[in-house]
Amino acid sequence: MNMANELPSEVVQGTRKWICLVCDYIYDEAKGIPDEGIPAGTRLEDIPDTWACPDCGVTKADFEPYED
Amino acid sequence: MDAPLVIIGAGLAGYTLAKELRKLAPDLPITLVTADSGALYSKPMLSNALAQGQAPEALVQASAAQQAEKLGITVLPHCPVKAIHREIRQLDTACGPLAYSRLVLALGARPRRLVADGAEALPAVNHLDDYASFRQGLAPGARVIILGAGLVGCEFANDLAATGHAVTLVEAAERPLARVLPAALSQRLQTSLAALGVAWHCGSQVKSVTPAGSGWQVKLADGSVLEGDGVLSAIGLEPETALAQAAGLAVGQGIQVDRTLATCDPDIYALGDCVEVEGLVLPYVLPLMQQARSLAATLAGTPTRMSLPALPVAVKTPACPLVVCPPPVGAEGDWIADRDDAGGAQYRFVDGAGALLGFALAGDACGQRRALAAQAPALLA
Repeated sequence: MNMANELPSEVVQGTRKWICLVCDYIYDEAKGIPDEGIPAGTRLEDIPDTWACPDCGVTKADFEPYED
Repeated sequence: MDAPLVIIGAGLAGYTLAKELRKLAPDLPITLVTADSGALYSKPMLSNALAQGQAPEALVQASAAQQAEKLGITVLPHCPVKAIHREIRQLDTACGPLAYSRLVLALGARPRRLVADGAEALPAVNHLDDYASFRQGLAPGARVIILGAGLVGCEFANDLAATGHAVTLVEAAERPLARVLPAALSQRLQTSLAALGVAWHCGSQVKSVTPAGSGWQVKLADGSVLEGDGVLSAIGLEPETALAQAAGLAVGQGIQVDRTLATCDPDIYALGDCVEVEGLVLPYVLPLMQQARSLAATLAGTPTRMSLPALPVAVKTPACPLVVCPPPVGAEGDWIADRDDAGGAQYRFVDGAGALLGFALAGDACGQRRALAAQAPALLA
């Protein structure tokens, strides 16, 4: 197992995934988007409303909960 | 020096391709040339920007210069392409000649023009600039007549009505979204938008459109006369094919490409709203994303055939959330109601043998979109 990919359990616990209704991009709260300055463990609701889907540019209003 | 790979068009298709290709080919010279400012924005946002309190200029996510830096490409804004000289691999542009090694057409679509007296002058919105002009002329509480109750017309109607505008929606067919919804869901949509104050004129052909004072007068074939401060034409999109056609490329409804997104010229590819793949024209974001990834792989040296699963499309009408996954054109079958209640509705379109060919969802049933899409036939297997 690659330990570098393991996150502290308190970060992962209770996080969810969200899918963009327009382009199917999946936002995983456990992973965040470090490249965009969104740390692992950031809940969708805690991302600013001005945030845009990294693939198609729509806002959080167009995301719905996603389950694998 | 080798000529760059050139992309024509700075919409979501052109920029997504540049982004995906840059991931696979870090050193490939890429030039993106565009008639507009080259600003990156999200087209799906145009039809719900009012309700989200967004001014048109706030929809710009990055300027041409910012995109150029972020993607490591050259962007040539305000530079319309006038002709493609295939024999010498060169573009004739408003900023001079531009040589290409390979060329990608990401030209998008243009609004279909209504055939009626005076309709040439009608505003339509398929670009941020058009939208900005529309918004500029839009006073609070203005009366807006929307011609066409398809996806775009219904979404704009919802957005305008929800933000205090008096909306009239005119549709030539008997009901909205008639080609993709069962009658009961068209009715549900009509009722929900009517509750927001939208006035409906279905089964009505537009006879004439005339400027009247500072607004417009629209006459319908049934004798109705509508008055509006603004009019929006939303009767559909047509692939932008003129440049390709003039260059002698194969054009049908759209620019014809194979599954690798190559045109009949092996050095020229096309993607997005301007293309026709195996007879299909799919002006939506999801196919464009898949095409961009597939084409990026091909251009980076791994020839890749694209496939497309069934494609559910979310209709952004918050008054009546809908997801549509229409059956193939001409498919034989019937709509079956699995449920239809106050909370939501699920309809499946099935053939004589019971196979699922398409579906339509409303309200809290929209969450079934992925489960049903997995059972529906792929658009391009």
